[in-house]
Amino acid sequence: MGIVEAILLTVITAATPLVLASIGELVTERAGVLNLGVEGMMVMGAAIAFAATQMTGSPYIGILAGIAGGGLFSLLFGFLTLTLVANQVATGLALTILGLGISGQIGEPYVGMSGTKLQPIVVPLLSDIPFLGPLLFKQDIIFYVSIALVIGVNWFLFKSRAGLKIRAIGDNHGSAHALGIHVIRTRYLAVMFGGACAGLAGAQLSLVYTPQWVENMSAGRGWIALALVVFASWRPWRVLAGGYLFGAVSISQLHAQAFGIGIPSQFLSALPYIATVVVLILISHNRRMTQINTPACLGKPFVPDR
Amino acid sequence: MKKIILALATSAAVLGFAAAASAQDKTKICFIYVGSKTDGGWTQAHDIGRQALQAEFGDKIETPFLESVPEGPDAERAIERMARSGCALVFTTSFGFMDATIKVAEKFPDVKFEHATGFKSAPNVATYNSRFYEGRYIQGIIAAKMSQKGVAGYIASFPIPEVVMGINAFVHGAQSVNPDFKVKVIWANTWFDPGKEADAAKALIDQGVDILTQHTDTTAPMQVAAERGIKAFGQASDMIKAGPETQLTAIVDTWGAYYIKRTKAVLDGTWKSEQVWDGLKDGILTMAPYTNMPDDVKKLAEETEAKIRSGELHPFTGPIKKQDGSDWLADGAVSDDGTLLGMNFYIAGVDDQLPK
Repeated sequence: MGIVEAILLTVITAATPLVLASIGELVTERAGVLNLGVEGMMVMGAAIAFAATQMTGSPYIGILAGIAGGGLFSLLFGFLTLTLVANQVATGLALTILGLGISGQIGEPYVGMSGTKLQPIVVPLLSDIPFLGPLLFKQDIIFYVSIALVIGVNWFLFKSRAGLKIRAIGDNHGSAHALGIHVIRTRYLAVMFGGACAGLAGAQLSLVYTPQWVENMSAGRGWIALALVVFASWRPWRVLAGGYLFGAVSISQLHAQAFGIGIPSQFLSALPYIATVVVLILISHNRRMTQINTPACLGKPFVPDR
Repeated sequence: MKKIILALATSAAVLGFAAAASAQDKTKICFIYVGSKTDGGWTQAHDIGRQALQAEFGDKIETPFLESVPEGPDAERAIERMARSGCALVFTTSFGFMDATIKVAEKFPDVKFEHATGFKSAPNVATYNSRFYEGRYIQGIIAAKMSQKGVAGYIASFPIPEVVMGINAFVHGAQSVNPDFKVKVIWANTWFDPGKEADAAKALIDQGVDILTQHTDTTAPMQVAAERGIKAFGQASDMIKAGPETQLTAIVDTWGAYYIKRTKAVLDGTWKSEQVWDGLKDGILTMAPYTNMPDDVKKLAEETEAKIRSGELHPFTGPIKKQDGSDWLADGAVSDDGTLLGMNFYIAGVDDQLPK
């Protein structure tokens, strides 16, 4: 295996949780809800997925548990912000703090255990393609799902009727309501989709990335995922590009250090963030396009006037 | 309704303090942790020390703690809240809490503070540290014996004297066996991020190292080493569970005895600000069992450990040159503690540029 291939394999592992959590949050935000609790939902998914895997011995049950855990946990956010119309920013932050705490409790019996690593699924024939085969077709199921989700969400948002409704709600919930669209119900579903994706991203952390449970193991990835949604200007393909750009720069800087190329490591560590900011500046020079993509009702509470 | 939600949100944030706020008559010995108490590494070792302390004094003391306190401005708030809550003695257990500890100590002259691994003290701030470099020297010797390729990977956290000293000790130990031994260093710029630590481990292994050692806090690198079939050293806690066939040994921090000694001094009223730097012989650090190595390597490691314990061998004994080729220690000379505690240079043979 060549060094480039080795680097790319590591990049895929590092980028997958970012892409997953971002694509979920993208749908939530397209529906006009800003959920800052991604970090909390992610770490809940990681703890629940690991616990379920240890209990049943099957990482696939672990994945499902992680998805369910993230989705259910996001319901709490939905109830507080959609039904009780609490401030979304404050509730999202509380969700993160709460998630870090509860996940620590759930994971406590499993600390220090070596987990079951999710095994790759080898796609026949395609995996024999030189170079690309092992990279793209000898991966675990979560990677395949992450790519499928990006394609699916892109189709769903821009080609389906339900997607159009979601975007309409995100842009003008008053008008959408007047047209008879169920704003609150749709937003609940969008929030839960975001939670389920974050939970799946968490499952990737504790079953693939580092098959173990340690408290706070998401270590800020939820926040990066949130930033990626803005970076992607709420467009699915850009989430994929952004996640992989961030992952690629993060891993390359580690290799650059090990090669000993003599650039200060603090600068190298900051590189992924610098690269992200530079790209953000480049793609946001067209202010009109940015405005069109930004959900106009993002973060605004909605109270139906019956 | 909004108010209730807000109250809910804030109560989630202060949940951790609820436990700390009860009972007044017991002496409070408080702890500030940089990671989670179950990280399997650095913070867990401190928490095991705290539990030993609690067990020793039982009902006489309380030992509230705050976990996952980030280094930086937040640390100051956390330490201040502890001091305000009536702690008699506060242990701040990470290098990055140094300035915050000193600042808070100025505001609370009656509260006593102990800062781990730092170099700033005050009348009410003592420092305590462990001579980890003794263990790293032994690890270096084992690495040089065990490595086929003569290259080890080193996952470092931040370029502070503590970590630089560890790298130097490791390299010096390794080169006492194999003068051509090389070490590749990756600075993760974090103490705690399992994913990033695993990425660093993968990068090092992909570049051909066949021994891994770490100065970060989780078992993720050990796990990667196990998966890739190379050997590795544990850090701060015994990490044998993460790599039963991988771990060669680990530096295990055993802070309990020190915490008991200092708490006793507070209860007796004999506490003074001191700068304590204990090593293998004082039992503040121990080596995890030497495993997964041939008997002759194990014997050499044990002999080296015995020599360090008895004081016969100091890991930093000359001749040692600095990385830039200038002389540091003459033949037979031993480094003084001051130089080690402020170490900001590599010795000859380290294949990395020290970040400034």
